[in-house]
Amino acid sequence: MQDINSNKLFSQFVHIFRLLCYNFVYINLLVLFWGEYFVEVIGMVKKEMIAMLLAGGQGSRLGVLTTKVAKPAVSFGGKYRIIDFPLSNCINSGVDTVGVLTQYQPLRLNAHIGIGIPWDLDRNIGGVSVLPPYEKMNNSDWYTGTANAIFQNVDYIDSFNPEYVLILSGDHIYKMDYEVMLDFHKEKGAEATIAVMPVPMEEAKRFGIMITDEDRKITDFEEKPENPRSNLASMGIYIFNWKTLKEALITNQNQSALDFGKHIIPYCHDKGCPLYAYEFNGYWKDVGTLQSYWEANMELIDIVPDFNLYEEYWKIYTRAAILPPQYLSEEGFVEKSIIGEGSSIYGKVYNSVIGCGVTIGKDTVVRDSIIMNQSEIGEGCEINKTIIAEDTIVKNNVRTGIGEEVENETDPHIYNHGLVCIGERSIVPSGVTIGKNVCVFGETTDEDYVDKTLASGRTLNKVGGSK
Amino acid sequence: MRAIGIVLAGGNSYRMKELSQKRAVCAMPIAGSYRSIDFALSNMTNSNIQKVAVLTQYNAGSLNEHLNSSKWWNFGRKQGGLFVFTPTVTAENNFWYRGTADAIAQNLAFLKDSHEPYVVITSGDCVYKLDYNKVLEYHIEKKADITVVCKDMPAGVNVERFGTVRMNEEARIEEFEEKPVVAKSNTISCGIYVIRRRQLIEMIEKSIEEDRFDFVKDILIRYKNMKRIYGYKMNTYWSNIATTEDYFKTNMDFLKKDIRDYFFKEYPDIYSKVDDLPPAKYNYGSKVSNSLVSSGCIVNGEVENSVIFKKAYIGNNCVIKNSIILNDVYIGDNTHIENCIVESHGTLRANSNLVGENGIKIVIENNDRYVI
Repeated sequence: MQDINSNKLFSQFVHIFRLLCYNFVYINLLVLFWGEYFVEVIGMVKKEMIAMLLAGGQGSRLGVLTTKVAKPAVSFGGKYRIIDFPLSNCINSGVDTVGVLTQYQPLRLNAHIGIGIPWDLDRNIGGVSVLPPYEKMNNSDWYTGTANAIFQNVDYIDSFNPEYVLILSGDHIYKMDYEVMLDFHKEKGAEATIAVMPVPMEEAKRFGIMITDEDRKITDFEEKPENPRSNLASMGIYIFNWKTLKEALITNQNQSALDFGKHIIPYCHDKGCPLYAYEFNGYWKDVGTLQSYWEANMELIDIVPDFNLYEEYWKIYTRAAILPPQYLSEEGFVEKSIIGEGSSIYGKVYNSVIGCGVTIGKDTVVRDSIIMNQSEIGEGCEINKTIIAEDTIVKNNVRTGIGEEVENETDPHIYNHGLVCIGERSIVPSGVTIGKNVCVFGETTDEDYVDKTLASGRTLNKVGGSK
Repeated sequence: MRAIGIVLAGGNSYRMKELSQKRAVCAMPIAGSYRSIDFALSNMTNSNIQKVAVLTQYNAGSLNEHLNSSKWWNFGRKQGGLFVFTPTVTAENNFWYRGTADAIAQNLAFLKDSHEPYVVITSGDCVYKLDYNKVLEYHIEKKADITVVCKDMPAGVNVERFGTVRMNEEARIEEFEEKPVVAKSNTISCGIYVIRRRQLIEMIEKSIEEDRFDFVKDILIRYKNMKRIYGYKMNTYWSNIATTEDYFKTNMDFLKKDIRDYFFKEYPDIYSKVDDLPPAKYNYGSKVSNSLVSSGCIVNGEVENSVIFKKAYIGNNCVIKNSIILNDVYIGDNTHIENCIVESHGTLRANSNLVGENGIKIVIENNDRYVI
């Protein structure tokens, strides 16, 4: 009996010894070739940089487009949603761990992100995680500010043990290699790097402005200054050393509406952390207003657009539910437009952005408009400068964007520039005429239109909501 | 999970002419966004068949590229999955697949290791939608040993390259002829079979012992009087693409609204590998009528009665009529194309004139795309 036991003991020793040997060889190999995996072998996850994507905002200046969905989930460029751009940038930059902070109307966003398959963010370790606010032992706070949202997810970040954290916002259209920014951050020995872009001096007063020395070290900053001292506008993209950021978040945790621009960056600056500005010169667009949203869409249809979706090496990924090709009928005519998969065009389309699965009926003319996924436009319609959100039905002989411009009665700061905006899942009855600066939302019927007309400047909202 | 699936995708077809030089027939692009094997695989997944083997041999690379991930068809599962079997050299065997039955025999372990009672066998070069569960139910109801899915071809269609069957009033198959010189019936076999798994293993083992390697000739036809072989009539769209004429016609069929709606809009969907291409773009001068255009295309010219596959570039003043432009083709300015199939990744110089007279012309042009 004892014999067997000692034998067992001996064999265990041999086993452990072997394991140690193997591990030694393994570790050496891994350190040589895949330094970053080394720690995983020991049992602790280590990601060099993870991204935190702020996607909780409402984007109230997009009017009815964001009544039911968060701004990052709004369609863009036919088949995409705004959040596809930062998510694709992440995976194209080699950032494979992304926390998406959601709060306002997250249903569409959650459905869109899923487990991250379209962006290759379905990973065994890391990948995409949707992070809504949650109840804690002592409180059940919502995310009260951009930095507060990060503070409430310190444990998530810690679980990946990162060296750096990339803070992104989910409402900009751009292509950017975050790895290059990280290289800059490391090279400068910064504790925080803020991506900036030069804007025309006269527009600088709309942004947070960074004042730097010749080495791009930030010496001062001002929020929406009257007389800007520089034209480098913050893009809301930050790289922090996690240690620095964590300390700043914990120190300032009691600040209400804890915000990166207002609190964290000033705190770091006052503490004397080296802050640097990383200059970005590519296309970057904040689609915060209906007008800028419409413009950014229209820019995609230029012959050689500033923002080129047709580049092979920096693909934008999205959840593609519809695969078939689009059909253009004999009577159909399309010029200077982009059209998504599975759409059927029986009418004429000029200068427009059409999503996936859209039907445009016979004898209909669509101009300067945006029509989102799965909407249906009847026959004999005339659609001018109109944004039509998803799953909307516009029946036959409807005319939109007709007549003189009149200031919108309820929200002139949202519905302006002559745009017509029709919210998702709306119905527009046949034969009606709709003016300019108009908002239509909900299943409208003939009774909602006086003499089959909705005059310029009117708001017809049958769904409710804030706008 | 009553059945597992086998997709026979090994074949080459000399009737596809140059088109099969660089790809297997099952990897032929169809209807703008798909490949022919997508239809069989989507039918499998839509019929809740979760474990599917694809048997490939000829030019398997083209197919493997398309099947690079099983998730497009929803096969990336713990239970089941997509298995691609190419012939390999083993201790017992160093042959290529010598026939369809041999292909199954060489992968008999796949059948033996499964627990599902039935097997659905289909070919990968047909365009159709079918709920295999319906065939399976029919199979069980008829107490059949093998059920063959059949279709009545319209009178006048040449059926000599198919297998033709004649059934009695109970739908039992009495006569089965492979590629008859003079066909006695216009009912053809669609190459879709349902059979009990153990029965299949037994039959395959027996025929391999006898050095017989073809599933149709050596199993179906030989056993037709001994075993209960029934026909299941299919009334919906079915097309085999193994000749250039059929390939052309099948693609052109998608310009018809009813066929387009049947495949593209009616539930369930056909799935394919997702390419993440931007929307198609139409610039000034584009004039497209009665055509299908896929994502990633940029159109500057005139297109009529044509199917344009993914990522094609059509230059200024081009006229394309009654043609199929396969994936990633670049067509230079002022080019005229009529009655052609333009092979994928081709680059056509500006001012070319390509017209297929007496039938379809296959255009393979690999000029330098970027002149430095």
